[in-house]
Amino acid sequence: MRDQSQVLPNGRMLRYSYRERLVHWTASITYVYLMLTGLAFWSPWLYWLAFVLGGATISRELHPWIGLIFTVAVVMMYFMWAFEMHSTENDREWMRGVKHYIQNEDEKTPPQDRFNAGQKSLFWGFVICGILLLLSGLILWFPNYLPWSLRYLRYIAVLVHPAAALITIGLFMIHLYMGLAIEEGALHSMVGGDVSQTWAKEFHRLWYEKIVRQPAPRSEVRK
Amino acid sequence: MSQATMEIRRISGHAGSVPGAGASRDYDVCKLIDTTTCIGCKACEVACLEWNGYGFTQTSFDNSYQTMPETAWNYWNLIKFNEYEHPLHGLMLLMRKDQCMHCEDPGCLEACPADHAIVQYANGIVDFQEDYCIGCGYCMTGCPFNIPKFSTEARKVFKCTLCSDRVSQGLEPACIKSCPTGCLHFGSKADMKDLAERRSKQLRDVSGFGNAGVYDPAGVGGTHVIYVLHDATNPEIYGGLPKNPTIPWSVKLWKHPLKWLGNLAMVGGLVGLAVHYLRFGPKVVPDAKAIPPQEGPRP
Repeated sequence: MRDQSQVLPNGRMLRYSYRERLVHWTASITYVYLMLTGLAFWSPWLYWLAFVLGGATISRELHPWIGLIFTVAVVMMYFMWAFEMHSTENDREWMRGVKHYIQNEDEKTPPQDRFNAGQKSLFWGFVICGILLLLSGLILWFPNYLPWSLRYLRYIAVLVHPAAALITIGLFMIHLYMGLAIEEGALHSMVGGDVSQTWAKEFHRLWYEKIVRQPAPRSEVRK
Repeated sequence: MSQATMEIRRISGHAGSVPGAGASRDYDVCKLIDTTTCIGCKACEVACLEWNGYGFTQTSFDNSYQTMPETAWNYWNLIKFNEYEHPLHGLMLLMRKDQCMHCEDPGCLEACPADHAIVQYANGIVDFQEDYCIGCGYCMTGCPFNIPKFSTEARKVFKCTLCSDRVSQGLEPACIKSCPTGCLHFGSKADMKDLAERRSKQLRDVSGFGNAGVYDPAGVGGTHVIYVLHDATNPEIYGGLPKNPTIPWSVKLWKHPLKWLGNLAMVGGLVGLAVHYLRFGPKVVPDAKAIPPQEGPRP
Protein backbone atom coordinates (compact mmCIF):
# COMPACT_ATOMS: atom_id res chain seq x y z
CA MET A 1 0.00 0.00 0.00
CA ARG A 2 1.66 3.21 -1.08
CA ASP A 3 1.65 6.34 0.96
CA GLN A 4 -0.95 8.82 -0.30
CA SER A 5 0.78 11.80 1.32
CA GLN A 6 0.43 14.97 -0.77
CA VAL A 7 -0.14 18.70 -0.65
CA LEU A 8 -3.88 19.43 -0.68
CA PRO A 9 -5.49 22.23 -2.74
CA ASN A 10 -5.99 24.33 0.41
CA GLY A 11 -2.25 24.29 1.10
CA ARG A 12 -2.34 21.75 3.89
CA MET A 13 -0.75 18.34 3.62
CA LEU A 14 -2.52 14.99 3.63
CA ARG A 15 -0.76 12.91 6.27
CA TYR A 16 -3.13 10.02 6.95
CA SER A 17 -5.46 8.65 4.28
CA TYR A 18 -9.06 7.78 5.08
CA ARG A 19 -8.15 4.12 5.19
CA GLU A 20 -5.29 4.72 7.60
CA ARG A 21 -7.51 6.75 9.90
CA LEU A 22 -10.27 4.16 9.83
CA VAL A 23 -7.88 1.36 10.74
CA HIS A 24 -6.23 3.51 13.41
CA TRP A 25 -9.53 4.29 15.15
CA THR A 26 -10.70 0.71 14.91
CA ALA A 27 -7.52 -0.31 16.65
CA SER A 28 -7.74 2.46 19.23
CA ILE A 29 -11.37 1.91 20.23
CA THR A 30 -10.94 -1.85 20.49
CA TYR A 31 -7.64 -1.35 22.34
CA VAL A 32 -9.22 0.92 24.94
CA TYR A 33 -11.97 -1.64 25.55
CA LEU A 34 -9.40 -4.41 25.83
CA MET A 35 -7.23 -2.38 28.17
CA LEU A 36 -10.10 -1.42 30.49
CA THR A 37 -11.58 -4.93 30.69
CA GLY A 38 -8.09 -6.36 31.01
CA LEU A 39 -7.31 -4.00 33.89
CA ALA A 40 -10.56 -5.09 35.56
CA PHE A 41 -9.27 -8.67 35.59
CA TRP A 42 -5.76 -7.53 36.48
CA SER A 43 -6.48 -6.01 39.85
CA PRO A 44 -9.37 -6.30 42.32
CA TRP A 45 -9.05 -2.55 42.81
CA LEU A 46 -10.01 -2.03 39.16
CA TYR A 47 -12.71 -4.73 38.98
CA TRP A 48 -15.35 -1.97 38.96
CA LEU A 49 -14.26 -1.13 35.41
CA ALA A 50 -15.93 -4.36 34.29
CA PHE A 51 -19.20 -3.29 35.88
CA VAL A 52 -19.03 0.08 34.13
CA LEU A 53 -18.53 -1.81 30.85
CA GLY A 54 -21.63 -3.96 31.26
CA GLY A 55 -20.65 -6.55 33.85
CA ALA A 56 -17.74 -8.85 34.48
CA THR A 57 -19.25 -11.86 32.70
CA ILE A 58 -19.96 -9.83 29.56
CA SER A 59 -16.46 -8.38 29.74
CA ARG A 60 -14.98 -11.87 29.93
CA GLU A 61 -17.10 -13.02 26.98
CA LEU A 62 -16.44 -10.01 24.76
CA HIS A 63 -12.76 -9.38 25.56
CA PRO A 64 -11.52 -12.19 23.26
CA TRP A 65 -13.85 -11.26 20.40
CA ILE A 66 -12.88 -7.59 20.58
CA GLY A 67 -9.31 -8.86 20.72
CA LEU A 68 -9.83 -10.52 17.34
CA ILE A 69 -11.04 -7.22 15.84
CA PHE A 70 -8.01 -5.51 17.33
CA THR A 71 -5.82 -8.21 15.80
CA VAL A 72 -7.31 -7.55 12.36
CA ALA A 73 -6.65 -3.82 12.78
CA VAL A 74 -3.05 -4.45 13.83
CA VAL A 75 -2.50 -6.78 10.88
CA MET A 76 -3.85 -4.08 8.55
CA MET A 77 -1.60 -1.51 10.18
CA TYR A 78 1.30 -3.86 9.64
CA PHE A 79 0.62 -4.09 5.92
CA MET A 80 -0.06 -0.35 5.64
CA TRP A 81 2.95 0.89 7.53
CA ALA A 82 5.61 -1.78 8.02
CA PHE A 83 7.57 -0.70 4.92
CA GLU A 84 7.94 2.81 6.38
CA MET A 85 8.81 1.61 9.85
CA HIS A 86 12.27 0.15 9.32
CA SER A 87 14.87 1.62 11.57
CA THR A 88 17.49 3.80 9.87
CA GLU A 89 20.76 5.37 10.97
CA ASN A 90 18.82 8.61 11.21
CA ASP A 91 16.46 6.97 13.70
CA ARG A 92 19.32 5.74 15.83
CA GLU A 93 20.73 9.24 15.93
CA TRP A 94 17.28 10.59 16.90
CA MET A 95 17.06 8.02 19.68
CA ARG A 96 20.49 8.98 21.00
CA GLY A 97 19.31 12.58 21.26
CA VAL A 98 15.80 11.73 22.41
CA LYS A 99 16.20 13.97 25.44
CA HIS A 100 16.08 17.00 23.13
CA TYR A 101 12.76 15.76 21.79
CA ILE A 102 11.46 15.20 25.32
CA GLN A 103 12.57 18.68 26.34
CA ASN A 104 10.87 20.28 23.31
CA GLU A 105 14.20 21.20 21.70
CA ASP A 106 13.12 19.74 18.39
CA GLU A 107 15.55 21.91 16.45
CA LYS A 108 18.40 19.82 17.94
CA THR A 109 16.95 16.53 16.72
CA PRO A 110 17.83 15.13 13.29
CA PRO A 111 15.09 15.67 10.67
CA GLN A 112 12.63 12.79 10.49
CA ASP A 113 10.76 11.05 7.73
CA ARG A 114 7.01 10.38 7.83
CA PHE A 115 7.40 8.55 11.13
CA ASN A 116 9.98 9.42 13.75
CA ALA A 117 11.91 6.82 15.69
CA GLY A 118 9.49 7.07 18.62
CA GLN A 119 6.53 6.31 16.39
CA LYS A 120 8.41 3.41 14.87
CA SER A 121 9.10 2.03 18.33
CA LEU A 122 5.41 2.33 19.14
CA PHE A 123 4.53 0.48 15.95
CA TRP A 124 6.91 -2.41 16.51
CA GLY A 125 6.01 -2.56 20.19
CA PHE A 126 2.36 -3.01 19.29
CA VAL A 127 3.07 -5.51 16.52
CA ILE A 128 5.27 -7.72 18.71
CA CYS A 129 3.11 -7.41 21.82
CA GLY A 130 0.05 -7.93 19.63
CA ILE A 131 1.40 -11.28 18.46
CA LEU A 132 2.20 -12.30 22.05
CA LEU A 133 -1.22 -11.16 23.26
CA LEU A 134 -2.97 -13.04 20.47
CA LEU A 135 -1.14 -16.31 21.09
CA SER A 136 -1.45 -16.20 24.88
CA GLY A 137 -5.01 -14.92 24.59
CA LEU A 138 -6.08 -17.86 22.46
CA ILE A 139 -4.77 -20.21 25.15
CA LEU A 140 -6.59 -18.32 27.89
CA TRP A 141 -9.79 -18.11 25.86
CA PHE A 142 -10.47 -21.85 25.88
CA PRO A 143 -9.35 -23.21 29.26
CA ASN A 144 -11.60 -26.26 28.85
CA TYR A 145 -10.14 -27.40 25.54
CA LEU A 146 -6.53 -27.49 26.69
CA PRO A 147 -5.75 -30.90 28.20
CA TRP A 148 -4.08 -31.23 31.58
CA SER A 149 -0.90 -32.50 29.92
CA LEU A 150 -0.53 -29.13 28.14
CA ARG A 151 -1.11 -27.03 31.27
CA TYR A 152 2.37 -25.52 30.93
CA LEU A 153 1.03 -23.51 28.00
CA ARG A 154 -1.47 -21.93 30.39
CA TYR A 155 1.26 -21.29 32.94
CA ILE A 156 3.19 -19.38 30.28
CA ALA A 157 0.10 -17.60 28.96
CA VAL A 158 -0.94 -16.16 32.33
CA LEU A 159 2.46 -14.47 32.51
CA VAL A 160 2.90 -13.46 28.88
CA HIS A 161 -0.56 -11.95 28.46
CA PRO A 162 -0.35 -9.39 31.30
CA ALA A 163 3.35 -8.68 30.70
CA ALA A 164 2.78 -7.88 27.02
CA ALA A 165 -0.34 -5.91 27.92
CA LEU A 166 1.64 -3.81 30.40
CA ILE A 167 4.17 -2.93 27.71
CA THR A 168 1.37 -1.84 25.39
CA ILE A 169 -0.19 0.22 28.19
CA GLY A 170 3.11 2.06 28.60
CA LEU A 171 3.31 2.68 24.86
CA PHE A 172 -0.36 3.66 24.76
CA MET A 173 -0.01 6.19 27.57
CA ILE A 174 2.88 7.92 25.82
CA HIS A 175 1.09 7.77 22.46
CA LEU A 176 -2.13 9.22 23.88
CA TYR A 177 -0.23 11.92 25.73
CA MET A 178 1.75 12.92 22.64
CA GLY A 179 -1.33 13.00 20.46
CA LEU A 180 -3.69 14.78 22.81
CA ALA A 181 -1.50 17.02 24.92
CA ILE A 182 1.91 17.57 23.38
CA GLU A 183 1.90 17.83 19.61
CA GLU A 184 -0.61 20.43 18.58
CA GLY A 185 -2.22 19.29 15.33
CA ALA A 186 -1.39 15.64 15.83
CA LEU A 187 -4.91 14.71 16.89
CA HIS A 188 -6.35 16.58 13.90
CA SER A 189 -3.99 14.72 11.57
CA MET A 190 -5.61 11.47 12.67
CA VAL A 191 -9.16 12.86 12.52
CA GLY A 192 -9.17 15.10 9.43
CA GLY A 193 -6.06 13.56 7.95
CA ASP A 194 -4.27 16.84 7.24
CA VAL A 195 -1.51 18.90 8.85
CA SER A 196 -0.14 22.36 8.13
CA GLN A 197 3.08 22.72 6.20
CA THR A 198 4.70 24.35 9.24
CA TRP A 199 3.78 21.31 11.30
CA ALA A 200 5.24 18.98 8.71
CA LYS A 201 8.45 21.02 8.50
CA GLU A 202 8.72 21.11 12.28
CA PHE A 203 8.26 17.43 13.05
CA HIS A 204 8.81 15.47 9.83
CA ARG A 205 11.11 17.55 7.65
CA LEU A 206 12.30 14.69 5.42
CA TRP A 207 8.70 13.67 4.73
CA TYR A 208 7.76 17.30 4.06
CA GLU A 209 10.59 17.77 1.58
CA LYS A 210 9.73 14.56 -0.20
CA ILE A 211 6.09 15.57 -0.59
CA VAL A 212 6.56 19.19 -1.70
CA ARG A 213 9.12 18.00 -4.25
CA GLN A 214 6.36 15.91 -5.84
CA PRO A 215 5.27 17.51 -9.12
CA ALA A 216 1.53 17.93 -8.53
CA PRO A 217 -1.16 16.73 -6.14
CA ARG A 218 -2.27 13.29 -7.25
CA SER A 219 -5.89 14.23 -6.94
CA GLU A 220 -7.03 11.02 -8.62
CA VAL A 221 -5.92 8.93 -5.65
CA ARG A 222 -7.92 10.99 -3.22
CA LYS A 223 -10.80 9.08 -1.81
CA MET B 1 -18.83 -23.10 61.11
CA SER B 2 -22.39 -22.37 62.04
CA GLN B 3 -22.35 -25.00 64.76
CA ALA B 4 -19.48 -23.11 66.33
CA THR B 5 -21.67 -20.06 66.81
CA MET B 6 -24.43 -22.27 68.22
CA GLU B 7 -22.23 -23.53 71.03
CA ILE B 8 -24.26 -23.25 74.27
CA ARG B 9 -22.91 -20.71 76.73
CA ARG B 10 -25.60 -20.55 79.46
CA ILE B 11 -28.56 -22.78 80.30
CA SER B 12 -31.60 -21.70 82.35
CA GLY B 13 -32.63 -23.73 85.38
CA HIS B 14 -29.66 -25.97 84.95
CA ALA B 15 -27.84 -27.48 87.89
CA GLY B 16 -24.08 -27.35 87.57
CA SER B 17 -21.95 -26.10 84.75
CA VAL B 18 -22.82 -26.08 81.07
CA PRO B 19 -21.89 -29.46 79.61
CA GLY B 20 -18.85 -29.17 77.40
CA ALA B 21 -18.06 -25.61 78.50
CA GLY B 22 -14.39 -24.82 78.22
CA ALA B 23 -13.73 -27.80 75.97
CA SER B 24 -11.65 -26.89 72.98
CA ARG B 25 -13.43 -27.39 69.70
CA ASP B 26 -11.88 -27.60 66.29
CA TYR B 27 -13.82 -25.67 63.75
CA ASP B 28 -11.84 -26.83 60.76
CA VAL B 29 -13.08 -29.86 58.91
CA CYS B 30 -11.28 -32.64 57.13
CA LYS B 31 -12.16 -35.62 55.00
CA LEU B 32 -9.98 -38.67 55.41
CA ILE B 33 -9.86 -41.17 52.56
CA ASP B 34 -8.26 -44.46 53.43
CA THR B 35 -7.35 -45.85 50.01
CA THR B 36 -6.34 -49.14 51.62
CA THR B 37 -9.92 -49.99 52.61
CA CYS B 38 -11.68 -48.57 49.56
CA ILE B 39 -13.38 -51.30 47.50
CA GLY B 40 -14.18 -49.09 44.51
CA CYS B 41 -17.96 -49.48 44.84
CA LYS B 42 -18.59 -45.90 43.64
CA ALA B 43 -21.34 -45.32 46.18
CA CYS B 44 -19.65 -41.97 46.88
CA GLU B 45 -19.89 -41.07 43.17
CA VAL B 46 -23.62 -41.76 43.23
CA ALA B 47 -24.18 -39.96 46.53
CA CYS B 48 -22.33 -36.91 45.20
CA LEU B 49 -24.52 -36.77 42.09
CA GLU B 50 -27.70 -37.29 44.09
CA TRP B 51 -27.00 -34.70 46.73
CA ASN B 52 -25.79 -32.09 44.27
CA GLY B 53 -28.63 -32.73 41.84
CA TYR B 54 -26.70 -33.90 38.80
CA GLY B 55 -27.91 -36.69 36.59
CA PHE B 56 -25.73 -39.48 35.29
CA THR B 57 -23.65 -38.49 32.32
CA GLN B 58 -21.90 -40.36 29.57
CA THR B 59 -19.34 -42.79 30.93
CA SER B 60 -16.37 -44.15 29.05
CA PHE B 61 -14.72 -47.54 29.04
CA ASP B 62 -10.96 -47.89 28.86
CA ASN B 63 -10.35 -51.39 30.19
CA SER B 64 -10.76 -50.33 33.78
CA TYR B 65 -13.52 -49.83 36.30
CA GLN B 66 -13.07 -46.06 36.15
CA THR B 67 -16.25 -44.19 35.26
CA MET B 68 -14.52 -41.53 33.14
CA PRO B 69 -10.95 -40.28 32.60
CA GLU B 70 -11.22 -37.31 34.96
CA THR B 71 -13.77 -35.41 37.03
CA ALA B 72 -16.23 -33.23 35.11
CA TRP B 73 -18.07 -30.00 35.86
CA ASN B 74 -21.11 -32.09 36.82
CA TYR B 75 -19.18 -35.10 38.16
CA TRP B 76 -17.12 -33.93 41.11
CA ASN B 77 -16.24 -37.23 42.71
CA LEU B 78 -14.44 -39.95 40.75
CA ILE B 79 -12.67 -43.08 41.91
CA LYS B 80 -9.45 -43.55 39.96
CA PHE B 81 -8.51 -47.18 39.35
CA ASN B 82 -4.88 -48.04 38.70
CA GLU B 83 -3.12 -51.36 38.46
CA TYR B 84 0.21 -51.45 40.26
CA GLU B 85 2.84 -54.16 40.60
CA HIS B 86 3.91 -53.99 44.23
CA PRO B 87 7.36 -55.53 44.91
CA LEU B 88 6.10 -57.41 47.97
CA HIS B 89 2.36 -57.79 47.53
CA GLY B 90 2.23 -58.41 43.79
CA LEU B 91 -0.48 -56.96 41.56
CA MET B 92 -2.65 -54.39 43.32
CA LEU B 93 -5.71 -52.53 42.13
CA LEU B 94 -5.32 -49.06 43.59
CA MET B 95 -8.50 -47.11 44.10
CA ARG B 96 -8.41 -43.45 44.99
CA LYS B 97 -11.41 -41.20 45.32
CA ASP B 98 -10.48 -38.04 43.43
CA GLN B 99 -12.14 -34.71 44.21
CA CYS B 100 -11.25 -31.22 45.35
CA MET B 101 -8.56 -31.34 48.01
CA HIS B 102 -9.67 -28.08 49.72
CA CYS B 103 -6.14 -26.71 50.02
CA GLU B 104 -5.24 -24.49 52.93
CA ASP B 105 -3.44 -22.32 50.35
CA PRO B 106 -5.79 -22.65 47.34
CA GLY B 107 -4.33 -21.97 43.90
CA CYS B 108 -7.80 -21.49 42.40
CA LEU B 109 -8.56 -18.67 44.80
CA GLU B 110 -5.15 -17.13 44.22
CA ALA B 111 -5.68 -17.04 40.45
CA CYS B 112 -9.33 -15.95 40.41
CA PRO B 113 -9.95 -12.32 39.35
CA ALA B 114 -13.70 -12.26 40.11
CA ASP B 115 -14.73 -10.62 43.36
CA HIS B 116 -16.32 -13.22 45.66
CA ALA B 117 -16.32 -16.07 43.12
CA ILE B 118 -14.19 -18.28 45.37
CA VAL B 119 -14.29 -18.19 49.15
CA GLN B 120 -12.46 -20.12 51.82
CA TYR B 121 -14.46 -20.66 54.99
CA ALA B 122 -12.87 -20.65 58.42
CA ASN B 123 -13.47 -24.40 58.53
CA GLY B 124 -11.15 -24.82 55.54
CA ILE B 125 -13.71 -25.52 52.82
CA VAL B 126 -12.88 -23.78 49.53
CA ASP B 127 -16.17 -23.03 47.82
CA PHE B 128 -17.04 -21.63 44.40
CA GLN B 129 -19.84 -19.06 44.37
CA GLU B 130 -21.15 -19.57 40.86
CA ASP B 131 -23.27 -16.40 40.96
CA TYR B 132 -20.06 -14.41 40.90
CA CYS B 133 -18.06 -16.67 38.56
CA ILE B 134 -17.26 -15.01 35.23
CA GLY B 135 -16.02 -18.20 33.59
CA CYS B 136 -12.46 -17.06 32.85
CA GLY B 137 -11.03 -20.42 33.91
CA TYR B 138 -8.01 -18.96 35.73
CA CYS B 139 -8.84 -21.25 38.68
CA MET B 140 -8.11 -24.17 36.35
CA THR B 141 -4.62 -22.75 35.86
CA GLY B 142 -4.09 -22.14 39.58
CA CYS B 143 -5.17 -25.62 40.70
CA PRO B 144 -2.37 -28.23 40.96
CA PHE B 145 -4.89 -31.11 41.11
CA ASN B 146 -6.86 -30.55 37.86
CA ILE B 147 -10.14 -30.16 39.75
CA PRO B 148 -12.10 -27.06 38.58
CA LYS B 149 -13.99 -27.87 35.39
CA PHE B 150 -15.60 -25.49 32.93
CA SER B 151 -19.18 -26.01 31.81
CA THR B 152 -19.72 -24.91 28.23
CA GLU B 153 -23.46 -24.64 28.92
CA ALA B 154 -23.28 -22.56 32.10
CA ARG B 155 -20.02 -20.87 31.01
CA LYS B 156 -18.88 -21.09 34.61
CA VAL B 157 -16.55 -23.37 36.55
CA PHE B 158 -17.68 -26.00 39.06
CA LYS B 159 -16.10 -28.32 41.59
CA CYS B 160 -16.69 -30.28 44.81
CA THR B 161 -17.98 -28.09 47.65
CA LEU B 162 -17.11 -30.61 50.39
CA CYS B 163 -20.91 -30.41 50.81
CA SER B 164 -20.58 -27.00 52.46
CA ASP B 165 -24.39 -26.87 52.49
CA ARG B 166 -24.56 -30.10 54.52
CA VAL B 167 -21.59 -29.26 56.73
CA SER B 168 -23.13 -25.90 57.65
CA GLN B 169 -26.11 -27.86 58.99
CA GLY B 170 -23.98 -30.20 61.02
CA LEU B 171 -24.12 -33.07 58.55
CA GLU B 172 -21.20 -34.93 57.04
CA PRO B 173 -20.61 -34.72 53.27
CA ALA B 174 -22.78 -36.97 51.10
CA CYS B 175 -19.85 -39.17 50.01
CA ILE B 176 -18.95 -39.89 53.64
CA LYS B 177 -22.53 -40.89 54.44
CA SER B 178 -22.65 -43.37 51.58
CA CYS B 179 -19.37 -45.21 52.15
CA PRO B 180 -20.06 -48.85 53.06
CA THR B 181 -16.55 -49.80 54.19
CA GLY B 182 -15.82 -46.86 56.42
CA CYS B 183 -12.82 -45.88 54.33
CA LEU B 184 -14.18 -42.31 54.38
CA HIS B 185 -14.06 -40.34 57.59
CA PHE B 186 -15.03 -36.79 58.41
CA GLY B 187 -14.09 -34.68 61.39
CA SER B 188 -11.63 -32.05 62.53
CA LYS B 189 -8.25 -31.86 60.82
CA ALA B 190 -6.43 -32.84 64.03
CA ASP B 191 -8.65 -35.87 64.59
CA MET B 192 -8.43 -37.04 60.99
CA LYS B 193 -4.68 -36.55 60.94
CA ASP B 194 -4.37 -38.59 64.12
CA LEU B 195 -6.57 -41.37 62.76
CA ALA B 196 -4.67 -41.38 59.48
CA GLU B 197 -1.31 -41.59 61.24
CA ARG B 198 -2.47 -44.48 63.38
CA ARG B 199 -3.82 -46.33 60.36
CA SER B 200 -0.55 -45.72 58.52
CA LYS B 201 1.44 -47.06 61.42
CA GLN B 202 -0.75 -50.17 61.44
CA LEU B 203 -0.13 -50.63 57.71
CA ARG B 204 3.62 -50.24 58.22
CA ASP B 205 3.91 -52.43 61.31
CA VAL B 206 1.31 -55.11 60.69
CA SER B 207 0.38 -55.25 57.03
CA GLY B 208 3.82 -55.07 55.45
CA PHE B 209 3.39 -51.73 53.70
CA GLY B 210 6.65 -50.16 54.83
CA ASN B 211 6.03 -46.96 52.92
CA ALA B 212 2.46 -46.43 54.07
CA GLY B 213 1.73 -42.87 55.11
CA VAL B 214 -0.53 -39.85 55.07
CA TYR B 215 -0.91 -37.56 52.07
CA ASP B 216 -1.35 -34.02 53.38
CA PRO B 217 0.89 -32.04 51.00
CA ALA B 218 2.75 -29.14 52.59
CA GLY B 219 3.28 -27.35 49.25
CA VAL B 220 -0.31 -26.08 49.36
CA GLY B 221 -0.27 -25.54 53.12
CA GLY B 222 -1.86 -28.91 53.79
CA THR B 223 -5.27 -29.98 52.57
CA HIS B 224 -8.68 -30.52 54.11
CA VAL B 225 -8.95 -33.80 52.25
CA ILE B 226 -6.21 -36.25 53.23
CA TYR B 227 -5.36 -39.75 52.10
CA VAL B 228 -3.89 -42.83 53.67
CA LEU B 229 -1.76 -44.42 50.95
CA HIS B 230 -0.07 -47.84 50.88
CA ASP B 231 2.95 -46.07 49.44
CA ALA B 232 3.07 -42.42 50.42
CA THR B 233 6.49 -42.03 48.80
CA ASN B 234 4.96 -42.59 45.36
CA PRO B 235 1.54 -40.91 45.19
CA GLU B 236 1.73 -40.66 41.36
CA ILE B 237 0.74 -44.33 41.04
CA TYR B 238 -2.70 -43.41 42.40
CA GLY B 239 -3.91 -41.92 39.12
CA GLY B 240 -1.40 -39.08 39.00
CA LEU B 241 -1.70 -37.67 42.52
CA PRO B 242 1.11 -35.05 42.48
CA LYS B 243 4.01 -35.70 44.81
CA ASN B 244 4.70 -32.09 45.74
CA PRO B 245 1.73 -30.03 44.60
CA THR B 246 2.19 -26.27 44.73
CA ILE B 247 0.50 -23.28 43.18
CA PRO B 248 2.22 -22.99 39.75
CA TRP B 249 5.24 -20.68 39.95
CA SER B 250 3.96 -18.61 37.05
CA VAL B 251 0.68 -17.92 38.86
CA LYS B 252 2.64 -16.75 41.91
CA LEU B 253 4.91 -14.63 39.73
CA TRP B 254 1.90 -13.15 37.94
CA LYS B 255 -0.12 -12.39 41.06
CA HIS B 256 2.69 -10.93 43.15
CA PRO B 257 5.89 -9.45 41.63
CA LEU B 258 4.45 -8.79 38.17
CA LYS B 259 1.31 -7.21 39.60
CA TRP B 260 3.19 -4.87 41.89
CA LEU B 261 5.80 -3.98 39.28
CA GLY B 262 3.06 -3.36 36.74
CA ASN B 263 1.01 -1.20 39.09
CA LEU B 264 4.09 0.77 40.06
CA ALA B 265 5.02 1.25 36.40
CA MET B 266 1.53 2.39 35.41
CA VAL B 267 1.19 4.86 38.28
CA GLY B 268 4.79 6.00 37.74
CA GLY B 269 4.07 6.52 34.05
CA LEU B 270 1.03 8.68 34.77
CA VAL B 271 2.95 10.75 37.30
CA GLY B 272 5.87 11.05 34.87
CA LEU B 273 3.63 12.33 32.08
CA ALA B 274 1.97 14.85 34.40
CA VAL B 275 5.36 16.11 35.57
CA HIS B 276 6.56 16.32 31.97
CA TYR B 277 3.54 18.39 31.01
CA LEU B 278 4.11 20.80 33.88
CA ARG B 279 7.83 21.09 33.10
CA PHE B 280 7.85 21.20 29.29
CA GLY B 281 4.26 21.52 28.06
CA PRO B 282 3.10 21.19 24.46
CA LYS B 283 5.13 21.53 21.28
CA VAL B 284 3.52 24.64 19.86
CA VAL B 285 3.08 25.00 16.10
CA PRO B 286 1.80 28.45 15.00
CA ASP B 287 -0.78 27.37 12.45
CA ALA B 288 -1.61 23.90 13.79
CA LYS B 289 -5.07 24.91 14.88
CA ALA B 290 -6.09 27.33 12.13
CA ILE B 291 -7.48 24.91 9.58
CA PRO B 292 -8.65 26.56 6.36
CA PRO B 293 -12.00 25.27 5.09
CA GLN B 294 -11.98 22.73 2.33
CA GLU B 295 -14.64 21.61 -0.09
CA GLY B 296 -16.26 18.22 -0.19
CA PRO B 297 -15.49 15.25 2.00
CA ARG B 298 -12.33 15.01 4.06
CA PRO B 299 -9.28 13.92 2.08
